[in-house]
Amino acid sequence: MSANLTPRAKFATTLLRTAAALSRATGRGDGSVIGGRVGLIVEPRLLELLAEGRHVVLISGTNGKTTTTRFTTAAIEAIGKVATNSFGANMPTGHTTALAKAPKAEYAALECDEHYLGQLLDAASPKVVALLNLSRDQLDRAMEVTALAAKWRQTLQTSAGQSTIVANADDPLIVWAASVCQRVVWVAAGQSWTADSAICPNCGSHLDRFGEFWRCTNCGLNRPSPQWSVAQEGEAVVGPDGRRYELNLQLPGRVNRANAATALAVASLFGVDPAQAAPRLSEVASVAGRYAKVEREGRRLRLLLAKNPAGWLESFDMIEPNPPVVLSLNAREVDGFDTSWIYDVDFTSLAGRKVVVTGDRRTDLAVRLEVDGVDFIVVDDIRAAIAAVPPGPVEVVANYTAFQDIRAEFNRVN
Amino acid sequence: MSTLRIVWLYPDLLSTYGDRGNLLVLAHRARARGIDVEPMQVRSDQRVPHTADMYLIGGGEDGPQAVAADRLLQDGALNRAAEAGKPILAICAGYQLLGASFYANGRAYEGLNILDLRSDRGPSRAVGEIAGEAMPQLGIGSITGFENHGGRTHLGEAVQPLARVTAGIGNDGATEGAWAGHVIGTYMHGPGLARNPKLADLLLAWAIGVDPSQLPPVDDTWPERLRAERFQALSAAQ
Repeated sequence: MSANLTPRAKFATTLLRTAAALSRATGRGDGSVIGGRVGLIVEPRLLELLAEGRHVVLISGTNGKTTTTRFTTAAIEAIGKVATNSFGANMPTGHTTALAKAPKAEYAALECDEHYLGQLLDAASPKVVALLNLSRDQLDRAMEVTALAAKWRQTLQTSAGQSTIVANADDPLIVWAASVCQRVVWVAAGQSWTADSAICPNCGSHLDRFGEFWRCTNCGLNRPSPQWSVAQEGEAVVGPDGRRYELNLQLPGRVNRANAATALAVASLFGVDPAQAAPRLSEVASVAGRYAKVEREGRRLRLLLAKNPAGWLESFDMIEPNPPVVLSLNAREVDGFDTSWIYDVDFTSLAGRKVVVTGDRRTDLAVRLEVDGVDFIVVDDIRAAIAAVPPGPVEVVANYTAFQDIRAEFNRVN
Repeated sequence: MSTLRIVWLYPDLLSTYGDRGNLLVLAHRARARGIDVEPMQVRSDQRVPHTADMYLIGGGEDGPQAVAADRLLQDGALNRAAEAGKPILAICAGYQLLGASFYANGRAYEGLNILDLRSDRGPSRAVGEIAGEAMPQLGIGSITGFENHGGRTHLGEAVQPLARVTAGIGNDGATEGAWAGHVIGTYMHGPGLARNPKLADLLLAWAIGVDPSQLPPVDDTWPERLRAERFQALSAAQ
């Protein structure tokens, strides 16, 4: 921990905190990225130095990593202080800032962008690495998904020798990547999007699926037996010894129960009793605005972030059956410029309710909904969307920058 | 014709950029004219039906593209469908494999030779909005889509380009896609038929055996607004 830092690293840490504080004070954001950038310029090994001596877990995957990191932090806080990048700044600058801001934390739970996993394995020497899922996401600027799984597999083989992997047994891409590791704890975390794993990532043959089980017809890659799973009945996680840990989550949907299962599996590797950790997860009400509830003019909005086809399908699974739905779509750089993926999402489950579309690319959504036979109205922005629905509950689903625009309208609600 | 049978080939291998959208758009526009559609998703371990009225094939990564070409060559049904004059719409990787050869996994592969063209690697990846003026004989006006590919395609004498490029790369920066008989190949996803309803109607008319002008009109307010937006975004960027 920071007691062992060199003078140079201490100086870099001080500068980092100053830059982050200045950025916050001038309203430029939370300062994680700029702070980390400043610190790493002064001491390029700063992340490694700050991570040294701490018990670190890295959490990565296409969807659910911010929420799972939040859950994991809550669980480990049962036994000690945890440094975490809770603002979703999930690249090395953000990790450096998270560690610098919590010099006394013995533990660190770091959400990691999929493309930086190798770099973080080397820099942070994690005790545990949690791998959630891989599916198509922003293909016009990111790697295609099988190539990303292959990169993970290689990087885990070379750099994760000291780590225990907590991995999703239901995602063939994750299983293939993680199966090169010595110590893997498998979690049945589900897979809401199977289209990217119709064929075996190992050999290209067909995967047979029978319910939750899957196996390759050629090379034999198959679903490992999970030690942790989401209970079939009620809201609970089932641990390795068959014991049930009841959940009482504020966050909706099966996908968040799966995120909770992963968090409990990780926490137990840090020596946390899952029975002690599980109730702490129910204290999480929202995560950087995700699932936040805000109210205006009698409309009670719940904000759901969904960045890719898997995320949109998960959102439709979470929303209450009757309230109006606001959909907002942007295609700015961080969203990906290509909107084709909205045709990978089935919108027919929205038919029959009031649907309002907005965002920079609302016309793309209008064409998409028309094709699926869903009635809709198109409005300019979230204010107009609120005016277009009656008082009462409203579900809002938005992709990344569209979500941030809506958050800004509500004072960047967390 | 009571029911239009549309085969979507190999969604397990080639469906990377919302390619299902083309099938959905065709079904939507056919049903709007009172024509029933039977969508048939055919996986790469299944035989390709001979009896369909139209065939769609989408885009994908190198590995699946090479596997798809190999299986289609062995199956033979898509070549026979092309010879029988059945409409075929092929996107991106699917477009390349209809040619004589294409490049994947660092080497050349044999294609289906349905279209007189061959594809190789370009100097850079073509990623972004693409627009063009379709060949006048097709009667579909300007085209708009989104492209994302590393290939360049060289057309032979037995095909015509789908369009002259006005923005983006397409085949080579000058032309986009290819067309011969009732077979159309293109780099446009977005998906292409959602953004080009006249192209969708041309394929439907071919499948039914009528002139596109004989199809009853469909309310295209939203697709036309989307097209206008995309063309405007391009001219604002230029």
